[in-house]
Amino acid sequence: MSATDPGTADRATAGQTTPDTAATSTLTWDAGQTLGGFARACRAAGLSVTADRERGFLRACAEVGLRSREAVYWAGRATLTASPADVAPYDRIFNGWFGGQPMHAVTPQETPRTSTVQASLEDPGEGVGPDGPDGEELVKAAASAQEVLRHRDVAGLSPKDRAALRRQFALLKPRPPSRRGRRHTPSHRGAVDGHATVRALLRQMGEPSRIRRRRRVHRPRRVVLLVDVSGSMSAYADALLRLAHTMVQAGPRTTEVFTVGTRLTHVTRALGERDPDRALLAAGEVVPDWSGGTRLGESLAVFVRRWGRRGMARGAVVVVFSDGWERTAPELLGEQLRAVRSLAHRVVWVNPHRGKEGYAPVQAGIVAVLPHVDEFIAGHSLAAFEEVLSVVAGAAGVRA
Amino acid sequence: MEPSAAFDSPQALADALTGTAYLADEGLATVTWLAHRLERPLLLEGEPGTGKTALAEALAQLQGVPLIRLQCYEGIEASQALYDWDFPRQILHLRAVETAAAANRDGHSVGSSEDLEAELFDERFLQARPVLRALQEAPCVLLVDEVDRADDEFEAFLLEVLSTWAVTIPELGTVRARTPPLVVLTSNRTRELHDALKRRCLYHWIEHPGLERELAIVRARLPEVAETLAREVVEVVQQLRADEGMVKPPGVAETLDWARALAALGHSRLDPEVAAATMGAAVKYREDAERVRVALDRILTR
Repeated sequence: MSATDPGTADRATAGQTTPDTAATSTLTWDAGQTLGGFARACRAAGLSVTADRERGFLRACAEVGLRSREAVYWAGRATLTASPADVAPYDRIFNGWFGGQPMHAVTPQETPRTSTVQASLEDPGEGVGPDGPDGEELVKAAASAQEVLRHRDVAGLSPKDRAALRRQFALLKPRPPSRRGRRHTPSHRGAVDGHATVRALLRQMGEPSRIRRRRRVHRPRRVVLLVDVSGSMSAYADALLRLAHTMVQAGPRTTEVFTVGTRLTHVTRALGERDPDRALLAAGEVVPDWSGGTRLGESLAVFVRRWGRRGMARGAVVVVFSDGWERTAPELLGEQLRAVRSLAHRVVWVNPHRGKEGYAPVQAGIVAVLPHVDEFIAGHSLAAFEEVLSVVAGAAGVRA
Repeated sequence: MEPSAAFDSPQALADALTGTAYLADEGLATVTWLAHRLERPLLLEGEPGTGKTALAEALAQLQGVPLIRLQCYEGIEASQALYDWDFPRQILHLRAVETAAAANRDGHSVGSSEDLEAELFDERFLQARPVLRALQEAPCVLLVDEVDRADDEFEAFLLEVLSTWAVTIPELGTVRARTPPLVVLTSNRTRELHDALKRRCLYHWIEHPGLERELAIVRARLPEVAETLAREVVEVVQQLRADEGMVKPPGVAETLDWARALAALGHSRLDPEVAAATMGAAVKYREDAERVRVALDRILTR
C-alpha cells in the first residue's frame, strides 16, 4: 500500500490544481481520497489515527493548501502523531505515499543506520547529534535501547551495557512505605476538626468560617535490605548493592542495608556516600566475605539477635535478596525467617532466578522460607528492580 | 510588521516570531499557524529547556494580546483554574447592607431579598482564574504549562473547556469567548497524557536545535554576548548533549543562562577554569557535574 504508485502521484498532482483561495478552499474529490487514504495507511501502520484526527488532518491540509509538499507533511505530523515515537513510521508512510525525495525520514536503505544509533547509546565516544530527523530517530532509538536494557538479565550484560545500566540507577525513584501515625495534621480532606473550626469562628467574631478538617499523619516505615553476596550471587551483587544505594539515598534515616554470606555485615554507613561508585568501594572494604560460601541461616540469626529484636525489624519492610542456596541445614534458615516475619510488617524475598523461564522453587533454602514470605519476586533486571521498589512502596497496608 | 499580518502564512508567522527573538523552524511555524487557523489548542512536548513556554510568550508579544498563564501542579482543581467567589467581600457587603438597613429603620425599605441575593452574585465578587480570564479577555494567549503534572481529573476538565470554549457559572450563566483564545499546552512527558486530550490538540515535538540554529538563538536573544563566546558555549553544549550519558542534558534555556552568566562576568572567551567555575548554569545534577568537568577539560584543551 505504501509503495510509490504513478497513479497515486498523478492524483496528488491533480489535487494541486486547486484554486488559489487557500483559506476557504474545498479539497477536490481526488485530493480527499488521496489524503484520506494516507491517514488510513498511518492507522494501519500503528499510529493512533482516530476519525477526528483524520478530519483534523483534512482540515489542516485545506488550510495550508496542497501546493507545498512540506506544508502537507507538517500538517499531517501535527494532526496524526501523538508522541515522538510516531514520527519514524509517519515519515516512512509519507514518503511511500507521496513519493519524491526523502525529506525528514530514514529511508529503508538506511535501516542499518538505526542499529548504529542504538549502539552509540552504550558507546560514549560515538556521538550522534540530536538534531532534526536524526534527533527524532535518536529519541526512538534511545527509547528502544533503554527499554531493551531494562529487561535484560544483569548477569549476562557486556561491560558497555553494564555501564549504561549503572546510569539508569540514577533514574530510579524509591518511595518509602508509610504507616498511619496516631497524631493529626490539618488537611483539606478528612474528619472535621471541631476545635480548630470553633477557634476560627471566634477569631471572626461569630462570622461563619471555613470548616477545618484534619487527618492522621503518615510516617515512613523502616526498610531493611539483606543482600546475599555469596558466590552464587556474585553476578548480581554489584547491581543489587547499587539498588540498595539508591534506596538509602532516597530514605537515609529509614533504610538499613546488610550483606549476608558467611557472615552478616552492616553496610548502611558505607552506602551513605552520595556517589554510587565510591559507595560501592566503601562497602567492598567493609564486607569481608565477597563471593564466599553461604550461611544464610546463621547470618539471619545474628541479624535477629543483634538488630531485629531490638527494634530495627519491628514494623519494618524486610527485603532479602538471595537465590536461597544454603550451605547449612535449611531448617535454621526457615526458623530465622519465621522470627523475622513475626517482627516485621512485611517480608519480601527477591530471587534473581525467579524471573527466568521455567523457574520453580526447588532449592532447599527457598522451600524452607516460602511459608514465611509475603512477596516472592524476581530480581534479575532493571525492570525487576523497579518492581521491587513498587512492592516495597506498596507495603503500607494491613498485613494479609 | 503589523500584528494581524503575522498569521497570513506560516512563513510570515516565522518572520514575526523572529522579530520577538524567538526562532521557529518550518515545522513549528506551520503547526502554530494551523493552531490559529483551525482554532485548536497546540500541544508542545519536548525535553526541558527547549523553548516550549517561550513560544507562548512570543506569540502573545507579537499579537499584542495578554498572555494568561496557568501553571499546572499535582492536586490542582477546577476552582483554581476557573473561578471562585470572593467570600469575604460578599460577607462585607452583607454587613454594609445590614448597617444601612439599621440606619434607615425609621425610613424606607432597602429592597427585597431577591435583589440582595442577586447583588451578592454580581461580577464584582467573581474571582476569575486563568481559564475564565482567557475566555473573558479573548483574543489572548492561554498557556497551560506542564499539563503532565496535573491529575487525570484535571485533564478531563481541560478537555471539556477546550472543546466548547465556554464555561457555565451557575449563578451568572454561560461565559463564552468572543473569539477562542490561542491555547498552548506544554508537557515534559513525565507521564503519558490521555489520547482524548491529544486528539483535540495539534501535536508537536520540539527537538534540541543543531549547532547553527542554537547559535542563531543565542545571537537573537543575547545580542550583548560576544560572537566568539557564543560560538564556544554553543559548541561545548552541543558536545555535552551528544557525548555524555547525562541524567539531564542541558537545554537551550541552560545554554542561554550559561552565556548570560559568562557575559555578566565579563569574559569573552571560554577556557577550562572559567567553564568549571560557571558550569552550574548548565549542569544541575550532582551526578552530571564530575562527568562534565572531565568532558570540559577534554573539549576545551584540544
